[in-house]
Amino acid sequence: MTDQSHTRFSVALNVNGVKRKTEVRSADILLDVLRNNFGLTGAKPGCLNGDCGSCTVLVNGWPIKSCMMLAVAASNTNIVTVEGLKGSATQRAFIEKNAFQCGYCTPGFIMNIEGLSAIHPDADDSIIEEWLQSNICRCTSYEEIKAAVYKVLGKKPEAGR
Amino acid sequence: MESIGRSVIRKDAVAKVTGAAKYTADLKTVGSLYAKLVTSPYGHARILSIDTSAAEKVNGVHKILTGKDTNILTGEEIKDRPILATDRVRYHGEPVAVVIADTLAIAKQAANLVNVSYSPLPVIRSPKEAYQQGVPLVHEHLGDYEKIAEVFPKPGTNICNHTKIRKGSMEIGWAKSTVVVETEVSFPPSDHCAMETRSVSAEILPNGQVIIHSSSQVPFTIKKMLSSIFGLNQGKITVHTPLVGGAYGGKSAIQLEFIAYLASSAIGGQKVQLINSREEDFITSPVHLGLDAKVKLGCDAEGYLQAAEITLLFDGGAYSDKAVDMSRAAATDCTGPYQVENLWCDSFCMYTNHPYATSFRGFGHPESTFAVERAIERLAEKLGMDPIEFRWKNAIRPGQTTPTQVILNESRIGNVRRCIERVRELINWEEGRRIEITPERIRAKGVSCFWKNSNIDTNAGSGAILKFNEDGTVHLNCGVIEIGTGSRTVLAQIAAQKLGIDVDQIYVEMDIDTSSTPEHYKTVASRGLWMAGRAVLAAAEDAIGQLLNVAAQVFRVSLDDLDIGKGFVFLKDNPARKLALKELVYGYVYPNGNAIGSQVIGRGSYTLRGMTFLDPKTGKGVPGPDWTVGAQAVEVEWNKRDYTYKILRAVTVIDAGTIINPKLAQGQVKGAMHMGLSFASREGFIFGPNEVVETTQFRTYKVLRYGENPDYTVDFVVTPSRETAYGLRGIGEHALIGMPAALANSLSTAAEVHLNRLPLTPELIWRMKTGGVR
Repeated sequence: MTDQSHTRFSVALNVNGVKRKTEVRSADILLDVLRNNFGLTGAKPGCLNGDCGSCTVLVNGWPIKSCMMLAVAASNTNIVTVEGLKGSATQRAFIEKNAFQCGYCTPGFIMNIEGLSAIHPDADDSIIEEWLQSNICRCTSYEEIKAAVYKVLGKKPEAGR
Repeated sequence: MESIGRSVIRKDAVAKVTGAAKYTADLKTVGSLYAKLVTSPYGHARILSIDTSAAEKVNGVHKILTGKDTNILTGEEIKDRPILATDRVRYHGEPVAVVIADTLAIAKQAANLVNVSYSPLPVIRSPKEAYQQGVPLVHEHLGDYEKIAEVFPKPGTNICNHTKIRKGSMEIGWAKSTVVVETEVSFPPSDHCAMETRSVSAEILPNGQVIIHSSSQVPFTIKKMLSSIFGLNQGKITVHTPLVGGAYGGKSAIQLEFIAYLASSAIGGQKVQLINSREEDFITSPVHLGLDAKVKLGCDAEGYLQAAEITLLFDGGAYSDKAVDMSRAAATDCTGPYQVENLWCDSFCMYTNHPYATSFRGFGHPESTFAVERAIERLAEKLGMDPIEFRWKNAIRPGQTTPTQVILNESRIGNVRRCIERVRELINWEEGRRIEITPERIRAKGVSCFWKNSNIDTNAGSGAILKFNEDGTVHLNCGVIEIGTGSRTVLAQIAAQKLGIDVDQIYVEMDIDTSSTPEHYKTVASRGLWMAGRAVLAAAEDAIGQLLNVAAQVFRVSLDDLDIGKGFVFLKDNPARKLALKELVYGYVYPNGNAIGSQVIGRGSYTLRGMTFLDPKTGKGVPGPDWTVGAQAVEVEWNKRDYTYKILRAVTVIDAGTIINPKLAQGQVKGAMHMGLSFASREGFIFGPNEVVETTQFRTYKVLRYGENPDYTVDFVVTPSRETAYGLRGIGEHALIGMPAALANSLSTAAEVHLNRLPLTPELIWRMKTGGVR
């Protein structure tokens, strides 16, 4: 039995500032290509359904769930994965505020916050909530992540905290 | 240089924020094949036929295995579970076949072409139903299964374990009781929802060496189980566990490892990867158990508990796995941290046609605590006593005995009353526990207490190795898995404190390799620091002994003239005469080149002492070394009009003994509270016809998301344990335990209705309040 769906095509993807050529199937999602073809395993599969946000990367500056985007659709875009960050404010804040435990959802949260802080540097609580509700963390209480986001955005923690 | 009591940054921090942290599914190798499961679409059905012919024709398919190829029963306590179903499936999601192919895409395509024909069978839908006479049996051959001596299944029924607790005299207890209440509670199975789905790979080298990679809490048990089930020498098996992306008990079960091993074996040993999809992780792999329970409590006119009769019917699902142990663990602590002289408890683990259960954070305690704390709330109410005062009055203390008749001392039980007092202050109890903000909005508070011992194997233990580099830095090697708790960092703090060096000088690799890592029983039961802490201390003492021995020869003094600290070995009476550790760790070299001593490798191990099996008739026995105790409170704002609510605050005061790393301890407690509130407020499988699970994705199975959390307040009472490293206590699970009860108590107060079911959805409150009629 032959099947067209296993045929591979050549694409070039601009990842973390480097143009990289690879072979993909038309059905391959960006997440799998980042992980399997380029070894960029920071983006994690959590649900492959857009529900959990563990696979979040930046595409042209916007957080995108890389399980919901075909790799071919990402050609001619700028993709940034967690490996493309070099000691960013978000990364430092996550360490300082103990905003992770098992660390599996962490790259997704960090990339989402990277996008948030660039696009909404003055985000209020409702914008932060709207953005970060697209990711799930099962270990922390979210208070730690909130403290990290506040730190990144230069917001003061509320009174009494 | 003090390492104890400092919020040291986690050793895995940089790896985790940079994407460098590797989890099992990140370890790709060239030439690995991929496996995909075919699973049951029914809760209970006979398998009439399996046709793999179309699937086998797909290019790139190497092999398809079915139950016929793998006719082996597994299970740690009762061997009741086939690796792949044979003649029938007993739960929705049960593995029926596995396809091994060149790529995952091919394996999936072929798995869809495996044609299984089923004939549905009648289902058991709840533990209560399972307990009835004359219902279908989930396991007709229960009596034929191999089992360990400490579980008590009843062949001819759906009971896979029965634990009896008998203490005092029920006749006397009821006679002394002037106020009596009876409460029934119920909730369905739910899930752990670790963000990393379970992942394994298996490979068999030409010399017979078996190499497993597994996202697991129990790599050493995987080795033992593979050895016993497949008759392999333990030395031939190496299990690797890198960082684990969340576990919460769910990765203490062994399931995919067997399938991957058989898959690799069937194709000549090539490496096979098997990774759960989220949907499979929800139901194919084991879940969090459900419960139907009945609690009858009596107290005297002054409010002292006199009698308790507790019946727990746990929903263990289709196979026993660890649910049989959880049902026992729940029984051992069934009263909560209260003194009850006269006690009768029957705890049953029931087979049903639900996904099977394994350990879940709290191990039977969040479940039984929900039952008993709802009853306590009602008893206090009926008596007319403040519920906090009632709990304080009955809180268990040193000198009293537990349900399994262990006599307590301060080290074993800590200080329950102090925790209650502090929670009362922190939740501002004096302000009132039900306040109408507006005619529609009600603010209300509820409390709960918790306790938990470990209930693990009586001979569970741990080992550690401290290996020095020439420059005086140290590698700490121990078998506690980094599942998120930060335990390996805290163990480095313990080692640093003992060795008198900075914690930055201690390096901790996060990967476990069962062939070279000293064994840690299992990373479960909040016993990581408890047991491995002792092993690390022993290893440090061993290393210090070696260092002092060399130094004693150099200084020509006796060992007791020497001390160690701040990176030096020095003379007690003249600290200026000292040798840096790096002058000693590879042996000391005299000016003429002579060397004495050699590389310092400290080794230590520890096994729990004094644990006993429970007496099958009375439950008398020692289920673990100590209890961690605490009190919790929740404040909600409930809307009378639409029955919705917001959780405003949650408070935990836990007697954590000595806190080694405050920030990590806070994180564990808050994270556990959060998981408890998520479970209690919205989690639970919804079952359709034939017990098919309808909620196997995060869009239907809801968990708490960012911003839905309340404010968390954590405070510590410090009663150091006398048995552990620096007096620490286990805290990984405990703050989950009282959360469901505290939430239910607050909402019951708000809505003025008894809420005894979970999850506590607005719809449930509406139904209880109105009878479900508009």
